Amino acid sequence: MILSQLPALQVTLPLIAAPLCLLVRSGRAAWGIALFASAASFAVAVLLLSRVLDQGSLSYEFGGWAAPWGIEYRVDIVNVFVLFVVTAITTVVLFFANDSVRKEVDASRQSLFYTVWLLCLTGLVGIVMTGDAFNLFVFLEISSLSSYVLIAFGKDRRALTASYQYLVMGTIGATFVLIGVGLLYMMTGTLNMADLADRLPAVMATRTVRAALAFLVVGISLKLALFPLHLWLPNAYAFAPSAVTAFLAATATKVAVYVLLRFLFTVFGVTFAFEAMPLGIILAVLGAAAILSTSVVAIFQDDIKRMLAYSSVAQIGYMVLGLSMATLTGLTASVLHLFNHALMKGGLFLALGCVAYQLGNVRLGALAGAGYRMPWTMGAFLVGGLSLIGVPLTAGFLSKWYLVQAALERGWWPVLVVVIAGSLLAVVYVWRVIEMAYLRRPADSDVSTVREAPLSLLLPTWFLIGANLYFGIHTRLSVGIASKAAAALMGQSP
Amino acid sequence: MALILVVLIPLVAAVLVALTGAWPNLREAISLLAGGILFFLVLSLLPSVLAGENPSVWIAEPIPGLPIALRAEPLGTLFGLTASFLWTVTTVYSIGYLRGHGESNQSRFYAFFAIAIASTMGVAFAENLFTLFLFYELLTISTYPLVIHTGTTEARQGGRTYLGILLGTSMGLLLVAVVWTWHLAGTGEFRAGGILAGTASPLVIGVLYALFVFGIGKAALMPFHRWLPAAMVAPTPVSALLHAVAVVKAGVFAILKVTIYVFGLDLVRENGASNWLLWVAAGTILIASLIALQQDNLKRRLAYSTISHLSYVVLGALIANAAGIIGGAMHIATHAFGKITLFFCAGAILVATHKTKISEMDGLGRRMPLTMGAFLIASISVAGLPPMGGVWGKWYLALGSLDAGYSILVGVLMVSTLLNIAYLLPISVRAFFYKEPSAPASGIIEAPTPCLVAIGVTTAMCLLLFFFPDPVYRLAVMLVD
Repeated sequence: MILSQLPALQVTLPLIAAPLCLLVRSGRAAWGIALFASAASFAVAVLLLSRVLDQGSLSYEFGGWAAPWGIEYRVDIVNVFVLFVVTAITTVVLFFANDSVRKEVDASRQSLFYTVWLLCLTGLVGIVMTGDAFNLFVFLEISSLSSYVLIAFGKDRRALTASYQYLVMGTIGATFVLIGVGLLYMMTGTLNMADLADRLPAVMATRTVRAALAFLVVGISLKLALFPLHLWLPNAYAFAPSAVTAFLAATATKVAVYVLLRFLFTVFGVTFAFEAMPLGIILAVLGAAAILSTSVVAIFQDDIKRMLAYSSVAQIGYMVLGLSMATLTGLTASVLHLFNHALMKGGLFLALGCVAYQLGNVRLGALAGAGYRMPWTMGAFLVGGLSLIGVPLTAGFLSKWYLVQAALERGWWPVLVVVIAGSLLAVVYVWRVIEMAYLRRPADSDVSTVREAPLSLLLPTWFLIGANLYFGIHTRLSVGIASKAAAALMGQSP
Repeated sequence: MALILVVLIPLVAAVLVALTGAWPNLREAISLLAGGILFFLVLSLLPSVLAGENPSVWIAEPIPGLPIALRAEPLGTLFGLTASFLWTVTTVYSIGYLRGHGESNQSRFYAFFAIAIASTMGVAFAENLFTLFLFYELLTISTYPLVIHTGTTEARQGGRTYLGILLGTSMGLLLVAVVWTWHLAGTGEFRAGGILAGTASPLVIGVLYALFVFGIGKAALMPFHRWLPAAMVAPTPVSALLHAVAVVKAGVFAILKVTIYVFGLDLVRENGASNWLLWVAAGTILIASLIALQQDNLKRRLAYSTISHLSYVVLGALIANAAGIIGGAMHIATHAFGKITLFFCAGAILVATHKTKISEMDGLGRRMPLTMGAFLIASISVAGLPPMGGVWGKWYLALGSLDAGYSILVGVLMVSTLLNIAYLLPISVRAFFYKEPSAPASGIIEAPTPCLVAIGVTTAMCLLLFFFPDPVYRLAVMLVD
């Protein structure tokens, strides 16, 4: 009985836990509740994953209302994989958050912090679960509004401006999504995604549907920070509390990529999006531009958090590039990178969280000699950086491998050049940090008291970093599911 | 089983070395012991390889169809034997050098050295392109801390060039070539006769081959040679083993292996689209020798000499006939012994007299007779004159050039021999016949004993390889049978 209610539990667990956090008032208790809720939703995600792997996709009717009228939750191999990533990351990052947040957020506001965190999780999980286009917009707003608040928790006052900037951009994006959904509803009279996919072909040739596609793609691109709509992201990531940055970097943009995949491949279909409309070339060019331009910008950042934020925009470029090819291998690369990038950026931002915890800031200069004083933290950064570059035996290599393979299949030579140039640029910006940490002596003696970060921060960091190594060698889970998901998106039965 | 241990033992040694850093004697004993065990392990593979068996072992399979696996075939065994033997010798040398020169961070040095050797073994015994690429990259990364060991600004600059060129070529060109090969042939396995025949047009094969030859930046083919002189900022044992033997030979070894087992000799020979590479290699041989002539810093001169000699092997691969391959394979081994001796001597001079410039070495032969004597013998071997081992590689390369109808390449080889004599022998001449500029301090100031022992061993090998080249030759011949 309870098993059949899993899809509902997935969303309601964090939603119910959120106000509980507010009620307890104590930061530590709120953290406990948040952690428990996250771990529980991770358990649910694992159960769902194993069920989907066994039995194929599940459908759940909310409140017992049948599909096109009621809200349907549809769980297939694609979203269950994203679900798995999101809930796993939030659980790991919450382990990290306990100490980190106590240092970065006022004691009186910590319970509020975890409340908002859970609301954000609810929103993200809801976006992924739902099979209803309007419901998706609702969850998108929940997650967005709560992430504006999470960012504003940053100690630096500039966090407020960053949050406000994101609020403006995010709202425009959400409005565009809403307009797109509205236009679709106007043409088909339905909001259910599966139903939309059935009815759309009949009205495909109309300008309204084309406009709907355009509004949706632009709106979602704002949320996933696709170049050149990424301007809100660097500030937001740089000034948010460490744990929030790791959480959002590893989940929020990934969920947005999922939404793009869902709309393009499930709702509109490959033929319309990539053959009738020139989306393939548009996304490919924007993805390539993202990789090249933001990687170059990353090289010149002094604040390492901001550097990694720019790198995130570049990595999103890889995902978009993969999906723009609209082939099985390209989609596999895209979905795989979604997973791998969550691991590497999550790990890297956590490592930076350790640095911020011990040193108080994450400017490049502050890291001089950190490799000797914080060997485990910087070791984690090094491994994460290698994965970001795409060195073999790390998870990052596999994403690049599939992407290059996809480019060769399509004969898209420029993509090959872009991927490789991106890797080389990554070498440069990662190496600036490594060189500073290992080859420079600290300028003065007052930092000589700096010690390694506490175990409570190192363990979650190394858990994610270790995953980068594990999934670089054992790829049954990641590549296996990614290729199945790609097949499902392309409309082939796995 | 022995095959997995070949990679594991240096790795275990690296961990133990890092753990026993507080007790230098124990630490060095572990390094030596690991070197000895490794050499005998590789040696134990020799009988079955010579019998024509190729023992192999499967480790993991990250991407379906792309396993990480090892296999002992003749060329890899030859390279593995050379590298593991010289690791032991170099460890003996390092003990004298690092203590004599008072280097810091010695544990880090020995640990990364061991990891580099593990990667070299992985390159030597790779069963497929993917495994080769993997250990190739690991070799680059594990040698970086050795290059920047001193941590000075100059070392950091050199380290950047080193990493930039090696990672740039490997990710920018080699990786593309590996993926492309996999895309065309559906496999990356090294098979006798090659895997690419009949899969693509001659033009594509030619482009692909060029991607490999330039992408394997460790072979230091011009214009991707700058990293090697830059790497000379490293302590001398590193320059000796890694930048005269392990790393650079891993490069030319990889080119040979790709030529034999991925393209197949017939494909390379008959494909007109890769002929131009011959002239790049010939050009590198001559230009690098000419640059070497003008270097006053001894290690830099040796580095340019190495660049020139690496292209000998590349030339052998590009000629792609029996004699060419035999010549290339033999040159890997014989040049290794000669060049490592030269570097050992350069380090010995540095430790004993703190001199790095050739112009300062007048009359040094009277102060360091053993070292400079060894330098002379090794110079003759590197130049490829009898009665030293270095002659064999050149002999077969010349033979191969004639077989292929490139008599002009014989000319290149002979001019290069003259240039070798011109940049190596004057050093000995200065040392033995010139007068020391300042008033000579009395007595002999040789390098520490461990250094001299190591120099003695490698010098003896230069001589022995002339009279007993048979083991090397037999392995090389197996490649073309």
